[in-house]
This record gives sequence, C-alpha cells and structure tokens, in this order.
Amino acid sequence: MKRAVKMTRSAKIITLLLILFCLVWTVPTAGILITSFRDSDAAASSGWWTAFGNLKDFTLKNYDEVLGGQRFTVGTAGGGTAARRGASMGSAFLSSITVTLPAVIIPIFIAAAAAYAFAWMSFPGRRILFAMVIALLVVPLQISLIPILRDYQKIGLNGTYLGIWLAHTGFGLPLATYILFNYISTIPRSILESAFIDGANHFTMFVRLIVPLSVPALASFAIFQFIWVWNDLLVALVFLSGGGQMMEVVTVRLMNMAGTRGSDWHLLTAGAFVSMILPLTVFLSLQKYFVKGLLAGSVKG
Amino acid sequence: MQIQRDRERKELVVRTVVFTPFSIIVMVGGFLLLRNNPMSQILTTLFAIVWGTFSVLALFYSMNLIVQLFPTRKYNKIIPFVFVGPAILIIGWYLLIPTVRSLVLSFMNRNSTAFAGLENYKYIFTDSTMRTAFGNTVLWLLFGTAFAVFFGLLTALMAERSAIEKLGKTLVFLPMGISMVGAGVIWKFMYAYKPVGANQTGLLNALVVAFGGEPKSWLGTAPMNNFFLIIIFVWLQTGFSLVVLAAALKGVSEEIKEAARIDGAKEFTVLMKIVLPSIYGSIVTVSTTIMLAALKSFDIVYSMTNGLYGTEVLASQQYKQMFKFLDYGRGSAIAIIILLAVSPVIYYNLKEFNKREVF
Amino acid sequence: MRKFSKVMLFVLVLMLVMQGVWAQGTKETAAQDKTIRIFGAFRGEEAARFDEIIRIFNEKSGYNAVYEGSPEFETQILVQAEAGTPPDIAALPQPGIMHKFAQEGYIKPLSSRVIGMIDANYAPVWKDLGSYGGKTYGVFHRVNAKSFVWYPKKAFEAKGYKVPKTWDELRALQDQIVRDGGYPWSIGFESGNATGWVGTDWMEDVMLRTAGPEVYDQWVNHEIPFDHPAVKRALDYLGEIFLNPKYVYGGAPYILTTNFGDSVKPLFDKPTKVFMNRQGNFITGFMPQNIQDNLEEEVGVFPLPSIDEKWGTPILGGGDQFVVFNDKPGVQEFMEFLTTWESGAPWAQVGGALFPHKSQDFNDYGNSLEREIAKALVDATVFRFDASDLMPAEVGAGSFWTGMVEYVNGKDAKSVLSDIEKSWPR
Repeated sequence: MKRAVKMTRSAKIITLLLILFCLVWTVPTAGILITSFRDSDAAASSGWWTAFGNLKDFTLKNYDEVLGGQRFTVGTAGGGTAARRGASMGSAFLSSITVTLPAVIIPIFIAAAAAYAFAWMSFPGRRILFAMVIALLVVPLQISLIPILRDYQKIGLNGTYLGIWLAHTGFGLPLATYILFNYISTIPRSILESAFIDGANHFTMFVRLIVPLSVPALASFAIFQFIWVWNDLLVALVFLSGGGQMMEVVTVRLMNMAGTRGSDWHLLTAGAFVSMILPLTVFLSLQKYFVKGLLAGSVKG
Repeated sequence: MQIQRDRERKELVVRTVVFTPFSIIVMVGGFLLLRNNPMSQILTTLFAIVWGTFSVLALFYSMNLIVQLFPTRKYNKIIPFVFVGPAILIIGWYLLIPTVRSLVLSFMNRNSTAFAGLENYKYIFTDSTMRTAFGNTVLWLLFGTAFAVFFGLLTALMAERSAIEKLGKTLVFLPMGISMVGAGVIWKFMYAYKPVGANQTGLLNALVVAFGGEPKSWLGTAPMNNFFLIIIFVWLQTGFSLVVLAAALKGVSEEIKEAARIDGAKEFTVLMKIVLPSIYGSIVTVSTTIMLAALKSFDIVYSMTNGLYGTEVLASQQYKQMFKFLDYGRGSAIAIIILLAVSPVIYYNLKEFNKREVF
Repeated sequence: MRKFSKVMLFVLVLMLVMQGVWAQGTKETAAQDKTIRIFGAFRGEEAARFDEIIRIFNEKSGYNAVYEGSPEFETQILVQAEAGTPPDIAALPQPGIMHKFAQEGYIKPLSSRVIGMIDANYAPVWKDLGSYGGKTYGVFHRVNAKSFVWYPKKAFEAKGYKVPKTWDELRALQDQIVRDGGYPWSIGFESGNATGWVGTDWMEDVMLRTAGPEVYDQWVNHEIPFDHPAVKRALDYLGEIFLNPKYVYGGAPYILTTNFGDSVKPLFDKPTKVFMNRQGNFITGFMPQNIQDNLEEEVGVFPLPSIDEKWGTPILGGGDQFVVFNDKPGVQEFMEFLTTWESGAPWAQVGGALFPHKSQDFNDYGNSLEREIAKALVDATVFRFDASDLMPAEVGAGSFWTGMVEYVNGKDAKSVLSDIEKSWPR
C-alpha cells in the first residue's frame, strides 16, 4: 500500500473513473438514506432528490420507531384506548448477534479442514465428493426445510439457537469449502513439503500452517457468511419460530414492523440502515486481514 | 532410538485416552446444554463461540490422535476422511439427503401419495409459464453472472491503482450488507412509475422526464423488466466478486509485473498476459459461485414482481409450486432440473480440480 | 499443550456454571403448560391490537396465550405442520389450506360448545367456510369487506358529484368526471410477493354483480369452466374501466406497477385529479396521515353499485380463520372467546377491523365509516368469500393473478380466460 510515490496521470484518471462508478453505485443507497429521514407522506409523493428543497419534511421519526419501538394505539378491555410501544430493535440486534457469530465461526474450521483434504490429500472418492459439494451449492435450501425441521423435532433442536447455528452451518458449508479450497490449493507446494519432511502430522500442519496462511480467505468467507446469516429471513423464521419475541432477529423484526400489508413500509428505510451497521463494521474491521495475510508474502498465484 | 519411540508412543496413547473422552464430554455436554436455551443471550453466544471452536478443533485433534495409533501407511489412508468427514456428514444431512428426497418426490403426485411417473417433468417442459421461466433464467445466468464478475474485476483493478482504494471498495461492497427487505424498498424508489404530469418519485423516470421523455413502467414491460431485475442482482453481488478478486490480485507477484514492464510491456499486456492468468482460478471460483447464486436466487423476483409481467424464473417457480401451490411433485422436479442444469459447471470445475497435484 | 489444557479447563468450568443456570431454568418450565401458542400472518399494529385481545383472555382464564406473526406465514405454517411442530392455534388466511390440513388430519375439529357459539353468533356462511368434510374447524374473528369505493369527500362534494346507486349511475359519474378533466379511478395491482390480488378482487366483485351468487359458487368450485360466457361477461364489464385510459389514472402502466396502498394516495392530492379507489376497509391505513386523523370529514365510502337488480349489492370479503392444531387445555376456551363480542369490541374501537359477529354492538366502532361498513357486512343479503382464496392456489394465487395482469396489458379476454381454464389442476 505504500507504493503511492506520486499520483501519476493514469492513476488520476483511474481514481476519477472509480469515483464516478462508485457514485452511480451508491445512488440507490443514498436515495434511501435520504428517504429514511423523510416524512412518509412526503416520501410517497415527491422524489427524494427534491427533499432538500423542503426541509420541514425531515424527521427522525422513522429512526425513533425502528430503534425505540413502534408507537401503537390499542383498544383496551373497558372500551378505552391505550398507547403502546412495540418491541425495540435492541433485543432483535442481540438475537441476531447470537444467531450470527456462532453460525459464522462453527463452519469455518470444518470447511477449512475439508478444503485442505480436497486440495492436498489423495483418497478414494475425492472427485465424487468434490463434485457433490459443488452440485449442492445450487440446491435451494427450501427443499431441506421440512425434512430438517422433522429431524429437529425428534432431537429437540426446534426453536433453539443451536438448531439455527447448525442449519446455517449446513447450508453454508458447500460454499465455504469451495471458496477455501480455491485458496488453500494455491498455497505453494514447497512450503507444505518442507513441513512434512520435518515430520509434521496433518493436524499440526493444519493448525500451524494451513490456517494461518489462509487468513485472507477465512476472513473473506467470514464476511460473506456473516452477511448472509445476518440478512437471512427464511431460515430464521423456520428454525426460530416459537421461541417468542426475544428470539426474533433483525430482519424478522423489520418485516413485522412494516405491518401485515406493508402499510408502514417507511420504517424499512430506516431499518435498512440500522441493520446494515454491523455487517459493514465487520467488513471494515476484517478488511485489513486481506493485506496482513499476504504481507506474510508466502502466497502467490 | 527404540526407547524414545516407545516413550513417544506411550505419550500418544495417554493423550488419546485422556483427551478423546474429554472432548466427547464437552461436545455432547455443550450440545445438550445449548439445546435447552438455558441462559441469557450474551452468555449463550459467548459459550457457543467457545464451545463451537473448541469442539471442532478438539474433534480433529482427537481423531488425529486416534488415527496416529495406526502405522504410518494406515494413517495416511485414513486421515483424509477425518478431515473431510465432518463437512461431508453435515452437508449430507442438511442438503444431500433432502436432495435425494426431492428426487423421489419429483416422481410423485402433488401431495406425495402416489407415483406419478414423469408427469411433473412433462409439466415443466410443456407449461407456458415454465417456458418463460426457462428463458428468463438463461438471461439471469448470462447477464447476471457476466456483469457481476466484470464489474467486480473492473473495480478491483481500478481500486488497486487508485487513490481511494479502501473507500471505493467499501462503496461497491455496501449493497451486499443490505438485506433483501431493504433492497426491495431501495429499488422501488428507483423504478417507481407515476403518470405524466405527476411528481415522479422514481429516479429513473424523473431522469427520463427531465430529458423530455415519457415515464416508463420499468418493471411492468416484458422482456426489458428482466434486465431491470437483473440489475438489482448485479448491484447486490458485485461486492462479492470484488472482495474475492481484489484479494487474488494482491497475490499477484509485484516482481513479475515489474520485470515485464522493464521488458517494455504495455500496461494492458501486463494485465492480459500476467495478471489475469494468475488470478484465473479465482475468476473461475467467483463465476461459478455467482452463476449458481443467479440460478437459485428467487427473492428478487419474488418480492419485486411476484413473477408476474413475464419475469418468472425457475427458482421463483420452484418456491411458489412448493409453498404456495402446495405441489411438492412439481416443486421438487424443478429443483432437480436446476441441479441438472449446473452439470456443465460441475464438469468444468472437476476438470480444473483434476489438474491439482496432491501428496 | 499447556494452552490447550487451559482452554479445556475454561470450557469445563463454563459448562458447570451453565449447568447450574440451567437447573434454575428448568424449575420455571412448569408454567409452560399454560402457554398457548397462536401463529398468524398479521403483524405490526394489527398484532399489537390483537395482543390486547389476548390479554383480556389471559386475565380472565389464567392461561398464557402468546401471539406470533410472520411475514412468510404461509410457507412457515406448511413447513411446521408437515414437520410436526405446529403452533397450538393458527390463523389461516385461505380456506384452501385449511382443507389440506383437515384432509391430512393436522388440525382438530372444534368442540361442540364452540360450534354452538358459532351457530348462535355468526351467519351460516362463516360456519360453512370453516368446515370441511362435515366437520367444523375454523372460527372467524376479524374479517374484511372489499366491495367498497372510497372517495375524497370534500373534493367529491365540491364538484357536485352524487354517490351512484346503480351501475348506470356509476357510468354516468365516470363520464362526468372525465368531462370535468379528472380521472374516475386510481387502481394499483402491485403488492410485493402477492402482486395480482387487487385485480382478482375487482373481477370477483363484478362477477357477483353480473352473474349472482349461485353462478359465483359454481365458478369457484369449477362447476362451470373458467372461460364460461358468464365469466367473460364479467371481464368485459371490467374491461370497460380497466382498458380505458381516460377512466384510469395513468392507464395500464400505472395499474400494473403501482402498489395498491399507494394507489389511494392520489385521491387526496391538491387539486384533486382522481376520485375513486375500490378497496377493502383496510385501505384507510394507507391514506396520508392528515387524512387518517380526520377520516370522517375527509373520506367518503359507498358500496360498489349493483349491476343486475336481481342480485342487489353483494358484499365480497375475506378473513383469517383460527384453527386448532393441538387440542390442549385452554385452546377450545380461547376459540370460544373469539366468538364473543368481548374479543372484538376493543379492536373495533381503534379501527382497522371489522367483525362478522351477530352479537356485536355497532356503537363500539370508533368511526362512522367502519360502522357503516360493518352494518353492510352483517346485514348483507349476499356475502361471498374472496374467490381467489377459495380456488386452488395454482389458480387463485397463480394463473388468475397472471391472467388479470395480462388482460390489463392488452391480451384479449378470450385467451386470458382459456389460459386460466387450462391451468386448473387435474
């Protein structure tokens, strides 16, 4: 990264082009960011780019409802009405974190070990198993829902966090194995050879060499898995149902806030940003590992 | 020499005898404990992370110990299965068995009570909605994959050479962090249609009107609406190819590139002859992944148009047949067709796989 | 090695601590038996209002009923039922799925006591809708009525328009609005993953008015084909409005891509260009906030006028029916509670809900619009359930939706109907 001696002309042009590209790419997001601060009636009747001409339409109401809970008027037994607040985002955030972290960490080593075996060991069935892993990448997880839930019912995993971690592990493993294989197989043969000559067994090899060398790939898989699990709706709905409001994850809470027919869709604008904070933080904090693993200098194409 | 070897072996046996039961207890105990959701979420999470990491590593460790008790030749034969075993078992449970089950169901009637022969497959290849779905899925595969990979590669190459590498990457990556729930709202604000004369709330139509055109119904007019849906897919997926390809680019040796430049090679030649070939493996991985994602992505179509206006794809039909129309036969058959459709991709990946040298 | 042992020790200690916590936790599980899990598709504000209803039941009975709503309810309830993990009670939006569950034996019939309450408190049509194979499974609680036309009261009256009583008067009104430079209708089909239902609702309303309830029932049960002349006639009536860009604000592109909730908003633009929106009672929740705050002054509503005098002004409606999956203690009591007006009044008070209960007190409704609609619903000589919810889902949530969209897009009525007919399951 330190090679920025002086901005050459071509670097300037490229920077300019990239800025342009990023602008176009970010316009939809920017639009919704502005909308999230607008009154819902104003947002429905005029374009978001006109918002700055009408500053009184700006409001923090959407964020107030998303973060602090929706405001409802409900009818009570005696024929009166009462004000209620819906569940806040806080508990959903906690629940999402509970679902996501283990669901990211558990599959990583399982996949790395399998990728290592596929990349560097010879064994009967290696080809067919690898083909199976790729083929199952395309299997829609919907077909698993009924049989897996049936199994879960038998072993008591239904509606538990453990159940959803294992489910995300199962659904994420083919891709994890595939991505990590692509990386681990490019580790130079010479490094592994010299370790074997020193008498290392496969476990030490895996822990001491493969895992540290694969940090960039592990980090990028971690980001993706984090995002998928974090943004997943269907798996969370199916495997955490019946756990009560405490177990509701962010995506589910948001969909529920929007109301039965989506009459409160405007809350989704603020919700999209609130729920994006954590995945983005993870991305930014893991970004440095791409470089770090490579500065070790041992991985080349 | 012999004494030392005996001592080593004795130590190995002791370790095996101590650690194996211990790790089994921890694994099973943790499992039973977590199954009951006993404590606060923070504790559960922390415990699960420690337990999960530990269990996985302990499993490999103790299995390795046990296999080490065998002679070296046996060890080398068994150990690969120790390493692929857990992954294969889990994938088998969560995906392979359900797939086989679907294969069986695809030959049964709608509620799986009677054998239906090839009836469901006949439907898939003769129904007019399915024909639209096939056509659109091809569009998704071609354009969705091509653009997501191309833009990812382009931005990765540009970011590396620009002054705003981190910022640029983050901005392109940003959409990945947005859930489909949010993305749906975002793109409705891009494509919204209001009649002539009214305030346009969709950016695209506002631009068209500003340049003197008539507002268009982007999502309502086939076949163009498929491309507008694919744009959403590309927008969401480009971050993936950017991250993987940028990491691969970092691995391309500076020295080789420098050497080529000193030899007088143009920047473009360096790119085509050195950079791209050395990240070829990653390009294949990214293309494969995105292609398979395009094939099974149903949520964009499902939540934006519900497959109407001629936007149906195989995956959205699969979901609808199964969960809306309650036809397990047809739903399963479509899933099997999707699986068969990827066989060329699998074949190509296996060809690459076979080039690998192993120990 | 040391490090490894330390980690193990840590894990072991952690586990022991947890074991203790767990032992504490298990003591509380005795209370679990009092819990009744209720699962449904309604969420957000509606769920909050239903929670208040449940609270009344819980306080009275000592049970702990808990409601959970889901955005993917239909998928989930199916998966849960098939996997053997259903809730105790579920609120099913479509009678069709109730039939499937009854067929497979997943749901349990209501107790004779609850059935007695239904007989006493509801019109027979609701009992029929909740029955399958000679047994009664479903209790209707909150329902909706869809045959209503909403208009911006002030602008409508300022122009001197009169509420039409017959289809001819409606036609005259349409032309009058066009002459005055406005658009009679604002129509929007888009509804995310349910896009299409607005069109089928329209079609059903017209069908009821042109062909009458008997033919409507035959149509629903596929005793007449979907391309029967009676159906074609209804579609032609519809085409008069849908296919005339002068009658519909924004024409076909607007119909197809506008969200049904957004389609009511232009009625309240200043100056008013569009005057009518045909939609269910729930549409008030989508009107601009300042309109919602002054509903009675700002909004007017009338039933979609009669076409054939013979059939009067039928009402089309829909609603979730509650069914029992686990017949454990308290469940039938809860179902019985739903049949009483006590379970409806608090919700009627705050709006957004109609009830079919004969025992209801119309004065409990919080605003005059809903009061009138509720009266119309209960007093209706002809009430019919949403046909698309009664037809097999391939048609009702599939080809029928597609067909309406294609019709608006310009496909001819004949081939639209014959395509739907072809898609009817074997």
